[in-house]
This record gives sequence, C-alpha cells and structure tokens, in this order.
Amino acid sequence: MNLALSDEQEFLREAAAGALARVKTVEAAREALEDPAKLPDLWPLVKDAGWNGLLIDEEHGGAGLGAFDAMLVLEECGKVLAPTPLLGLLPATAILDAAGDESLAAVAAGDVRPAYVPARPPSDTHAGWSVDAVSGYGRPDAPRIAADGSVTGTVAWVPDAPGADLLVVVGVDESGAAAASVVEARAASVEAVVRYDATRALGHVTFDGSPGRRLDVPESVLAEAWYLAHALIASESLGTVQTTLAMSVEYAKERFTFGRAIGSYQSVKHELTEVLRQLENSRSLQFYAGWAGEDKPDEFALAASAFRNAAGHALDFAVRSNINVHGGIGATWEHDAPLFFRRAQLSKRLLGGTHDAGDRVAAELLAAAATPA
Amino acid sequence: MDLNDTPEQAAFRQQVRGWLQDHKGQAPPSSGDSGDMEYINGRRAWQRQLAEGGLAGVTWPKEYGGGGLGPFEQVIVNQEIAAAGVPGILDVIGLGMMGPCLIAHGTEEQKSRHLGPMLHGDEVWCQLFSEPAAGSDLAAVQTRAKLNDDGSWSLTGQKVWTTYAQFASFGMLLARTDADVPKHKGMTMFIVPMDTPGITVRGLRQITGEAEFNEVFFDDATIPGDAVVGGVGNGWGTALTVLMFERLTIGLGSEGFGYRSDRFARALSSDPAACADPVIRQRLADLSTELLAVRFQGYRTLTALAGGQIPGPESGLAKVTTVNAAIAAGELLADVFGPDALDEDSEWYHMISFLPGLKSAGGTEAILRNTIGERVLGLPPEPRLDKGIPFSELRAKEKEAIA
Repeated sequence: MNLALSDEQEFLREAAAGALARVKTVEAAREALEDPAKLPDLWPLVKDAGWNGLLIDEEHGGAGLGAFDAMLVLEECGKVLAPTPLLGLLPATAILDAAGDESLAAVAAGDVRPAYVPARPPSDTHAGWSVDAVSGYGRPDAPRIAADGSVTGTVAWVPDAPGADLLVVVGVDESGAAAASVVEARAASVEAVVRYDATRALGHVTFDGSPGRRLDVPESVLAEAWYLAHALIASESLGTVQTTLAMSVEYAKERFTFGRAIGSYQSVKHELTEVLRQLENSRSLQFYAGWAGEDKPDEFALAASAFRNAAGHALDFAVRSNINVHGGIGATWEHDAPLFFRRAQLSKRLLGGTHDAGDRVAAELLAAAATPA
Repeated sequence: MDLNDTPEQAAFRQQVRGWLQDHKGQAPPSSGDSGDMEYINGRRAWQRQLAEGGLAGVTWPKEYGGGGLGPFEQVIVNQEIAAAGVPGILDVIGLGMMGPCLIAHGTEEQKSRHLGPMLHGDEVWCQLFSEPAAGSDLAAVQTRAKLNDDGSWSLTGQKVWTTYAQFASFGMLLARTDADVPKHKGMTMFIVPMDTPGITVRGLRQITGEAEFNEVFFDDATIPGDAVVGGVGNGWGTALTVLMFERLTIGLGSEGFGYRSDRFARALSSDPAACADPVIRQRLADLSTELLAVRFQGYRTLTALAGGQIPGPESGLAKVTTVNAAIAAGELLADVFGPDALDEDSEWYHMISFLPGLKSAGGTEAILRNTIGERVLGLPPEPRLDKGIPFSELRAKEKEAIA
C-alpha cells in the first residue's frame, strides 16, 4: 500500500502551480466582477501545459493520464481561482476517448475545445437521467438523443460551455436509455451566463433537433463522467480551502486584540483547526476518489460523491471562517476574502449541488447494504 | 498511489492467514466481561499463541522477541485477525505503548525481566498516568513518590481511567518526585508491581453501567529503587514517548472501534421509510463521508509511517472525526428506531452510552484542538500561568483562587 503521490504527480502539480503563477488570477477575479471581459483567456495556457489531452489516450494523441492526475491539476486551479475551462473539458474528453471519436486528434492538439453537457444518472429516489433546471428545485429530463445523433432539450448552468467548439451531450435515446452525442456548438444555442462568481464560465444550452454524432459508449462511461465532474469540482474546492486557511492563519498571527495575537484565543484557534480537519478529510477522500477512479470503478460513485460532499462542506466552512477571522475588513469589496466566498457560493449550487452528492452517498451505501455480500 | 500489497507483503499476508487458519479453532470468544477471570485467562493464553506464531509484537525488535517488521505488516496482521473473526492480543496497552517505552528508556535488566512475559501475556500491564485533577493537563499529576533512605520509593495518591488494573501485574506510573521545580521537570516514571501492599484497585462504572476502567489508590505503597524508568526527573520526556506510541497504536487500529458507515447503512436499510427520507439520507451521508475520510486518512498515516515519519499531533483529528461521526450515527439510529435503540439489549446501547466519555479519552476535544492549532497550524499559544513556577507554588495559588 502506498497513498503518496508519485514523482510524476508531484511534478505535474508543481508544473501546474508554476504555470498558473504567471497569471494574476485572483486580481483578475476581482476585475471581472466589474467587467467580465477582463477575465484572462487561459485556454492558451491549458494547451501549453497539455491539459486538454490529459485524459486522452496516447494512441489518440493525448497524455494518457488518469482521473487522479486531473484532480491534482484542478486543485491547483482552485487555489488561485484560475478560470481554466477544465471542469467542462476533462469529462468531455473522457467520454470522447472512450468512444474513440474522430474529433480526438483535433481535441488533443488543442485545435478544438469540447465541453461536457452533464446529466445526472438515475438513483433510487429519481428514476431516469436528469439535468439542472434554469431555476427552481425540479430536475428536468435529460435531452433526447435521436438515432441519427440529433439532440433536443435544454441543460442549464453548463460549466465552460461559452466559447466551446464541441458539446459532448449526455442524454437518453427513444427507449429512455443513456446515450451521448457530439454537437457542434454553433448548431446549438449557448447563452453565456455570468453570475455571482465571475471566474466561472457557465452557459444555458438549448438543442432544437441540433444535428450531432452518436457516440458508441456504454452507460457506465456516462455515469463515470458525472462522478469525474464531481471529483474535479471537489478538487477545486480543496485547493481553495488551502488558500483561505493560509490567509486566515497568517492574519490570526498578525492581528492583535487585548494585547494578544487573535490566533492565541481558543475560539479562533478551534475554528481554524476545524477548517484543517475538514481540509484533511477532503484530502483523504481525494485519494479515495483518485484510487477508485483508476483502480476500483465499482466504488467511484461513492468515492467521488463523498469527496464532493466533504470538500463542499469544507469550502463553505472555510470561506466563512476566513471572513470571521478577518472581522469586518474581510467582508469589504476590496478584500480578497469575498472572492473566495463567491467561489464557494456558486460552486455549491453547480452540477446538482453539494446536497445531491450527499444524497448519492446515501444511495450508494443503502444500495450496497441491501445487496447480500 | 496503490492500495495493493507488494509481493513481500502478499507473502506475509498468506503466512499470517495460514497460521490463523490452522489455529483459529483454539481462539477464545472476541468479547466478554473483563471481570471474568476465566475469559481473561483464555485471552492471555491466546496472546501467548499469537506471540509464538509471530502475530504479536510485530513491530518490536527481534532481540526482544518481536517480529522486527514495519507498520504495514502490523496492519496486515490486524486485518487478517479481524477477517478470521478471532480476538487479537489482550494487552494492547502493554505491547503498543509500555513495551516500546521500556525498549526506548528502560535498563537492560528491566528489558530482560519484563518484555518476554509482557509479549506472551503472562504479565499484563496498565498505564498509571491520568488523575482526577490531571487529564488533558497531564503534567499536573500530584501522585507523590518519596525517596526513602534505603533507596526505595513510597507512593501516595490516586490514578484514574486505568484499563485492566484489576488483573494487571505491572503498571507504568507517572509520579511527582520534586514539587519544588516547575511542573514538567519534577516527574519520574516507575514500574509498579500491582500486588504491592498499599495499592487498591476499584472499578469505575460509567454511563454504560459497565466498569471498563478503574481507579487506583496508592497509600504509602513502597517500590524498589530500580523501578525508575528513564532517570529521576525525566518522567515527562518518558511520558511523551508513551503518548507518541499511543497515537501510533490508535493510528494503526482506528477501524477496530466498529464505527463503520457500511454497518450503520445496513441497520438503516431495514427501514424503508427511513431510506426514503431526504433528511435521514443527508445525515447518513454526512456522517458516512466523515468515516470514509478517516479510513483513507489512516492509509495516509500508514504511508507516512512507512516512509519513516513519526505520527504528529494532527493524527488527533482522526479521533475527533471518528467520535463525532459515531455520535451522529447513534443519534440517527435512535431517531429512526426510537426508544428501542436505547434498551440495554439493543445493538446501539453501548455505543450511544460509551461515546460521551470517549470524546475526552486521550485528551479532551478542546485540548486536542489547541495542540493541533499550535503545533500544526503554528498559531500562537494561549498565555499560560504555570510556566516556570514551582509546582508546589502553583498548587498553592490554585487553592487560593478557589478559596
């Protein structure tokens, strides 16, 4: 047993941190609040680093790395709120790679950027594949994919859809079975939506009989893409928690009240130790998700859902605690703490929401409990 | 990252599994009443067999009868023993903490006298550290060891939360030998024969109704001069060694508590109404997420140990997580199954009743968070009023404050 990063993984992480450090991403996150056009285009950086081909097999021109490697890169992006299009891109490439699709060479070369149009697999409480609604608590059905590959339906809040060249859509065929299709983005309507966290590119995507190419992949690949997206957004959260904890600890050592550094007060110390506890738990579950993603597919749904649940709670707690420790200044526009708070608020509501991942943990455990060993 | 055995580990696992297959017919039951000497003697005999088979003292050096192996091999043994459905060693405290402390700090005479009988279960050990007024602040122990003219020591005071004191042959005692120096400096560690006249052991009944721990009273009990471990006045340093091995023991056996998400899910799955309730599902999910995290945290700790790192105070976080998640599980199960879950014959009675106390075991949650905040996050310490003050003066001030 060895639950450490390999030398290659350490290198991948350092290289990611180094590449992202060349762009002032946190400053950009602030400027984009006033003017979304000021968000830097990190697609060239992604291509330089080869992350677009990270999950694409070497025979298709990619790097042939695994889910855990992808998580490590997203963690670095989360540390600095980098607006890379990887959350949408990586699950799309995983599906294209499994299908051996003809677009792979262009995607691996970085000439074409795909985005994943997600659908939630059925569970014991919700039959059928479903998607996020534009508004409200309902779960609309996933898009309908015809035998000729054409797609009809709407999916809201799709990460990294604006500006994508290809949309890798998960939906259902005439019989209600899971299916996937690749659609040229210009054949669909992509409404870019900028919301609470301006670093997050989102789109409402509508297909109206949009022509597409059916992908020949088993249902398991489409379910895995959903859980991969959860593990990736959880990894981003894990990165963001590390940054806010470091900010809080630094301030707690420097800020004095009643003649003492505030970090010496138990109430502050215990709150920050709670952030650390949730951070370490999330880190441990990242290993679980990474291991399951590469070696134990049967447990990937549980592992990735638990990881998202833990990291989602950790992020929520960490960004609020960061503001608490800073006091009033932490809630002002010019401070960085609100940028991380905005990231947490929006992330929590994407891809089914953190609570949906929690429900999936329960679903997986209860299903396993009902199955005789 | 790899959760599989190396070829060497796989071979070791096969060997352990083979031994257990051959011997498990002779194993005693896994649980019983620690007041029942027939049960305890059965467990001691089984520990002797495990030791002879190389399944006890796995990480002890070979020269003291151990296996001379690493933490992975210890975990393999733990896993195989659990899989075989047989009990492990009886004297976890002796083999996990007291033996390693003697190996590190004891004299050659102490090692050759004590380690063999300890390993084989012939002599069980207990840990005489905590006192009614010295728990999280362990360096506040008041039990006095007074040096007599003939070189022997006389012990007076009280210890508490002492596991197995009722049948232990020896105890490792932290006592104050000099009250005129600051509190961390005036302590000494001793080996105490538990049959020494002047020692009284009394069971300590808890919320569960069972007496899983004891109180130990010392009334001028005299022990020989060669009972000192690690030198007079060095008791705190010796105690820190024990606490480090305590973290290691907990780190390598954390799933042994039986607080596992699959077990709780199985119980809930018998109630369809609960399974369909979104609130119940979120509660199950949250506590299970924590317990799954602790499992993988354990693998991370193990990886660090195998790389030669010593477990630090951060391992206390796993204890905080486990206890609170198990408390949440008890709450959930009792909410679902109602008052029946609180009956003495319920599967959950012991867990629900035992956990409030476990929250403070090995240091209260509040003190663990202090230590981790200071030692791991590097936050400044709380101002202290006991630094550099002779222990006797400190006690006088405390008495004055409450007068």
